[in-house]
Amino acid sequence: MDAEEHKLPLSQNPEWADVTPIPQDDGPNPVVPIAYKPEFIETMDYFRAVYKANEFSPRALQLTHQAILLNPGNYTVWHFRRLILDALGIDLNEELEFMSGISENNPKNYQIWHHRRWIAEKLGTDVASKELDFTKRMLFLDAKNYHAWSYRQWVLQALGGWENELSYCHQLLEEDVFNNSAWNQRYFVVTGSPLLGGLEAMRESEVKYTVEAILRSPENESPWRYLRGLYKNDPKSWISDPQVSSVCLKVLSAKANHVFALSTLLDLLSHGFQANQEFKDAVDSLRPSSSDPPDSDLAKAICSILRHVDPMRVNYWTWRENKLPLSV
Amino acid sequence: MGELVVDKHVKYILSVEKRKDSFESVVLEHLRMNGAYWGLTTLDLLGKLDALDSNEVIQWIMKCQHESGLLDLYSIMGGVAFCYAGGFAGNIGHDPHLLYTLSAVQVLALFDKLNVLDADKVANCILICFSSVTFEIVCPLFEILLFGSLKIKISSIPIQLIIGHPFLGLLNFMPDISGLQNEDGSFSGDEWGEVDSRFPYLAICCLSILHRLDKMNVEKAVNYIASCKNVDGGFGCTPGGESHAGQIFCCVGALAITGSLHHVDKDLLGWWLCERQVKSGGLNGRPEKLPDVCYSWWVLSSLIMIDRVHWINKDKLVKFILNCQDTENGGISDRPEDAVDVFHTYFGVAGSLMAFYYLLFHCKHFLKATRATNSTLNS
Ligand SMILES: [Zn+2]
Repeated sequence: MDAEEHKLPLSQNPEWADVTPIPQDDGPNPVVPIAYKPEFIETMDYFRAVYKANEFSPRALQLTHQAILLNPGNYTVWHFRRLILDALGIDLNEELEFMSGISENNPKNYQIWHHRRWIAEKLGTDVASKELDFTKRMLFLDAKNYHAWSYRQWVLQALGGWENELSYCHQLLEEDVFNNSAWNQRYFVVTGSPLLGGLEAMRESEVKYTVEAILRSPENESPWRYLRGLYKNDPKSWISDPQVSSVCLKVLSAKANHVFALSTLLDLLSHGFQANQEFKDAVDSLRPSSSDPPDSDLAKAICSILRHVDPMRVNYWTWRENKLPLSV
Repeated sequence: MGELVVDKHVKYILSVEKRKDSFESVVLEHLRMNGAYWGLTTLDLLGKLDALDSNEVIQWIMKCQHESGLLDLYSIMGGVAFCYAGGFAGNIGHDPHLLYTLSAVQVLALFDKLNVLDADKVANCILICFSSVTFEIVCPLFEILLFGSLKIKISSIPIQLIIGHPFLGLLNFMPDISGLQNEDGSFSGDEWGEVDSRFPYLAICCLSILHRLDKMNVEKAVNYIASCKNVDGGFGCTPGGESHAGQIFCCVGALAITGSLHHVDKDLLGWWLCERQVKSGGLNGRPEKLPDVCYSWWVLSSLIMIDRVHWINKDKLVKFILNCQDTENGGISDRPEDAVDVFHTYFGVAGSLMAFYYLLFHCKHFLKATRATNSTLNS
């Protein structure tokens, strides 16, 4: 079908002369007349006809293309397209190309990601790097697109391609260290990549990486949670690793953006960490001038400061304080 | 701080209802049934449901229901995305879908008109369609469960009828929902095998309404949800997926229904959820994302389910929602200065009411649902 013919209305196109379109049944007296565009009506009328006739043909494939452009959310059309692709044995690499153009305009459409996965599953490991490149392009448009991240994780697990994933995470975090999706992906790689040896093997270098990120922006929630995650199921190491307590101390001493440093220190104390005088002094120097005389209990003093610097969550910090053992 | 401009919102919703013929976008108009659910529930929450001619609405809804014919073909061909006869479309002349079926049932319950339905037929339809579900559906489903508006009627369907359904085997679906349950306990929402932590929620929710939880391997499903738990206490879409307030709502909801909340680290998750509250008082769905009125629902209800709702600042949240109001023409937007829509008007009204009066809110709906159920039973 050439471009000229494509523009011709289906009803005047000789190629479609043998098909009787099936109009939409709006019921005898529609109380809600719907204002469809003429092009949409015609395309869907012909679609209904080929769908009902199970016509798995090149022109039906082309028709689904048109229908998808008019409404990419129509699940019937996508499903029918897959039946045709199967029946005609179309080269699915071409289908991937076709998808790329549509995806960029509809980055959050369920059907499109579904369809892509269906194709990639059939093409197998050969397309792993192609699919990783594709999600990279989608994440370039929106670095937090949940669909793209889910798809990327699926590609890695099902088709492979882990080699450069950690450096990709690093690249995204260089661009935006607040990108929680990238931190999440980093955790996914560190814990799941068959090439890296697992969380424990990676812990030392990851702690170093995370501490640097924290010191750059201590108000960033993500690396603090990531740091805690690096000691999953191993609270003992978490409490005893001097890198954890010292990053808290460093942030506290800088006297700005210290909510997460305080809350991490509070967690450490609640798990049995023994703080020395340096910590007590750092916390004491953060006390608001208006407050009561310094609390001899470090954890309580921290809660009191947190209530002051994070008034939005005052009830949470009060609850934390009430949960503390009576005397430490 | 202002207040909820109740009359303006009522006016706005009524005006949207009137604009039935002016939806230019084909993409929007097939969602009309959801719009009706959001709009009418908002009116109900504001105590103004009587501002609409209920007969007209019900008439319209019933015209969106598919009886038979081509639809059987659709359900066989399309596998699961379509409702079999008895399902509702998003608008007259559209394909039926689980999404809209639930909205339609909810709206009818709202008007105490469940008796106009052939509940067996609708129940069958709900049983066999199970995919392409978005968050908009989760909310009505959850309410159906909580307030039991369908519970008794549907569960009265003889199990033989469900088992003997000719299409069920074909569609590889319920009542042996284990057909969709994968080895790892997860669920595929559809024939393409998409695995997602929303689906066990929906399965658990549906089967619980139907009193058929024994038909699935609850333990496996619960373990799958637990495997989607992240080190920050939240839940993602799949194991390893980023924590997201919408997914958290689904996972915590499923765990709550099955009495498995022990899988939730309530304190850690509660803190993560209350960290969603940003300076403006609004809630976001993930760290560093913009606040959005609709997250009031997902974050708040999750916090309520784990009994930590007092950890957020309700005054500030309500203030944020009120700032998203169009005080002149009514309606609520996702965030201040944006254009209003019915979806966010519903979540805004529900959120602000829930923040302050969540107990009251539940009671009101519970009473209403009880009334609806009773009237169904008596009919
Ligand atoms: Zn929103």
